[in-house]
Amino acid sequence: MRDVPILEVRNVTKRFPGVVALNRVNLTVRPNEIHALLGENGAGKSTLMKIISGAYQKDEGEILLDGRPVQISKPSDSMNLGIAIIYQDLNLIPDLSVAENIFFGRLPHKGFLRAVDFNMIKHASQELLTRVNARIDPMARVGDLSVADRQLVAIARALSFKPRVLIMDEPTASLSAQEVQTLFDVMRDLKTQNVGLIFISHHLEEIFEIADRVTVLRDGQYVDSKPIDELDKETIVHMMVGRRMETLYPRVHSPQPDSDVVLRVEGLSQGNTLHDISFGLRRGEILGISGLVGSGRSELMHSIFGGRPIDSGEIWLEGRKVQFHSPSEAVAYGIALVPEDRGDEGLHLEMSVRENICLPHLRRFYQNFRISRKAEEKTSKSLISRLNVKTTGSEQLVGFLSGGNQQKVAIAKWLVSEPKVLILDEPTKGVDVGAKSEIHRIMSELASRGVGIIMVSPELPEILGMSDRILVMSNGRIAAEFSRAEATPDKIMMAATSGGAA
Amino acid sequence: MNMEKQIQSDSKDSSGAREQFSGFVRQLGPTLGLIVLCIVAGILSPVFFTVSNLMNIVLQVAVIAVIAAGMTFVILTGGIDLSVGSILGLTGVLLAGIFKATGSVFLAVLSSIVIGGLLGLVNGLLVSYGNVPAFCATLGMMAMARGLAFVYTKGMPISGFPDSFRFFGSAYVGAIPVPVMEAILIFVVAWYILTKTPAGRSIYAVGSNEKASRLSGIKTDFYKMLVYVISGVLTGFAALMFVGRINSAHPLAGQGYELDAIAAVVIGGTSLSGGQGSIAGTFMGALIMGVIRNALNLLNVDAYWQQVVIGAVIIAAVLMDWRSKKQQLA
Ligand SMILES: Nc1ncnc2c1ncn2[C@@H]1O[C@H](COP(=O)(O)OP(=O)(O)OP(=O)(O)O)[C@@H](O)[C@H]1O
Ligand SMILES: [Mg+2]
Repeated sequence: MRDVPILEVRNVTKRFPGVVALNRVNLTVRPNEIHALLGENGAGKSTLMKIISGAYQKDEGEILLDGRPVQISKPSDSMNLGIAIIYQDLNLIPDLSVAENIFFGRLPHKGFLRAVDFNMIKHASQELLTRVNARIDPMARVGDLSVADRQLVAIARALSFKPRVLIMDEPTASLSAQEVQTLFDVMRDLKTQNVGLIFISHHLEEIFEIADRVTVLRDGQYVDSKPIDELDKETIVHMMVGRRMETLYPRVHSPQPDSDVVLRVEGLSQGNTLHDISFGLRRGEILGISGLVGSGRSELMHSIFGGRPIDSGEIWLEGRKVQFHSPSEAVAYGIALVPEDRGDEGLHLEMSVRENICLPHLRRFYQNFRISRKAEEKTSKSLISRLNVKTTGSEQLVGFLSGGNQQKVAIAKWLVSEPKVLILDEPTKGVDVGAKSEIHRIMSELASRGVGIIMVSPELPEILGMSDRILVMSNGRIAAEFSRAEATPDKIMMAATSGGAA
Repeated sequence: MNMEKQIQSDSKDSSGAREQFSGFVRQLGPTLGLIVLCIVAGILSPVFFTVSNLMNIVLQVAVIAVIAAGMTFVILTGGIDLSVGSILGLTGVLLAGIFKATGSVFLAVLSSIVIGGLLGLVNGLLVSYGNVPAFCATLGMMAMARGLAFVYTKGMPISGFPDSFRFFGSAYVGAIPVPVMEAILIFVVAWYILTKTPAGRSIYAVGSNEKASRLSGIKTDFYKMLVYVISGVLTGFAALMFVGRINSAHPLAGQGYELDAIAAVVIGGTSLSGGQGSIAGTFMGALIMGVIRNALNLLNVDAYWQQVVIGAVIIAAVLMDWRSKKQQLA
């Protein structure tokens, strides 16, 4: 189709102190097309989207809607123009209900006292949630929802605007395969209604499945735009990275089936979320944990780490029974947890990269009655380069980093000293292909040095590619266990949906 | 995560010069404010820049500054301590009573710290392990401590102390008043703790994201308790300085001081939502409060109008804090 583009961005430049986030970038979105925006972590994708939505101001360039230049200087401007956005970190209000979040800013009032019309938003929300196949109570508090459910709420909110242009910044990062399919159905449906969609994801399979055209950014520069049929995976990666890619799922460790058990969990139960969970983890082993959202994966990790009280069950570390009343005790024993929700639980967004990385290890940097700034800097700089964190320096505030780079910092803070047990809850969420294989290589290296690793991941290829052994959780139970050799995607999916009857 | 932080995390825009400017304001604002204020006061009143008047200011400021130092710890964790004025009153009459009974200066000093610390500990336990909102816990303590001070004294002040006792509040070493030296020493130690030690870093971390701090292995409950103990100890010591200075322990002493202390902290650029601020800023904030009060006195402004002005200054400081936050949202 050669009609007028619904949205056109021309020569947009955006500078932050110390970085040019976007340098004369172009983007053209036609009606009824799904346009994928690709690039490494820190390439400028989210920044460009925030400029279109009015959250940020561009320094140069212009934005055209239906071929006419428009002025977008605040978020309400873009809303009025029919542009809706789902931010990478969602931007929901945890203390309000799902329904209030969906209609926030447009809450309908009724009656003499102008009270919020809860009945009406409840029903309308229910409808929108059904559309994205989410089984969520519209009156539930958003802060109590899982990350995946929050994502669905954000999508429902965006749909409620009946937008002409819908921007989705990594909506699939925390969704399971099924939920991704539902989202894709919604997207295809919107496409037939002449909505222009912009879709950001680091999963190339998703791009090939859903996108019509692709625009690639690299280091804030516009690289190219092409129809998807003219591209293959190789070419896209090359456009993004500017070089060939290393192998996926690198494994440099070889499992030692008879090494010591470092962690044993025995009969662990907690309320309605966890039931009679038992398993062991050997030194140098990568134990993958799979399961649907809500199967209790993250809750189990927090329970082991002392972050959630348990009703019954025992935890043994290196042959000794331990009881952690708080995470600080677990950390003292050499357990590390990279939590699922980096912004809320993993990082201090208002603190610098250095302070974040060194926070769990303050004792270690406390020499001669003071925290040694030099030692801190040395450690954080070496981790910044080891994980290739894109930042203006170790003093940059973490809140100013791109999503994927924040994730790298959340991992880096547990690599300062080698833990005995490293628990990673969705470690590569929002991380680009290159950095992903780098994180995997680091995991494998740690394993080869004897660290026991537990990795929770919603991505089957990641679980299958990296794990020595796989536990599948369902409804708070361990539904199945597979060795690396036995495991197949089908078996895992079967077990995950079995309802926990092992 | 509170809403403000969540929005910030999403759309924090450090748009070039403006952001740098607001960071600059946070650092240097209080200092510049103080300089401008002094110049204005000097122009309006010829007495302002006399040695005796300046001495007067620093003496008045010393007590509030010591309390504000403790308040800085509390506010950095995102808490608030409304009970400091009452703790000053109660500790003051108790330590006066102990001194009258024993005649021991050593015991008086010790009890000022211990009593203040214990009262702070009650606040701290309620807030951290008891999960009572800081506002409620310390509001309750404010009423209780004041009540106890009246119960203990039956409303009568305890007056008349020897110089040995009054040393901490009114003595001079050479030309320098002892309370000023005490205040400076306390600020140096507080600065050291907050900037150079794991405890200080942890206090900032708890204020900026409690959940993430806990998951980083920080004993969040302990630090949330500790800051109230620090606030109590420093307020107890301030009571010793105060009683020594005015040579009398009155059950009403320190009334309204919580306001001055909080104002000094906020004017000094520390954010009421926690995680951001500095002890150096509080020092400046306390001086600013002192200079404003002094200038209003010199200009013969009516005491009630003084209250109005101070209130307006506090609101202005909080507004500035808010605006610089909002700018980041832009
Ligand atoms: N508010 C800000 N202040 C300063 N620098 C920023 C800010 N927001 C983004 N940046 C910088 O701009 C660059 C582009 O960031 P952006 O978030 O657009 O990347 P991205 O392509 O979305 O990456 P990711 O895939 O990791 O989400 C990064 O270097 C980032 O550090
Ligand atoms: Mg992004």
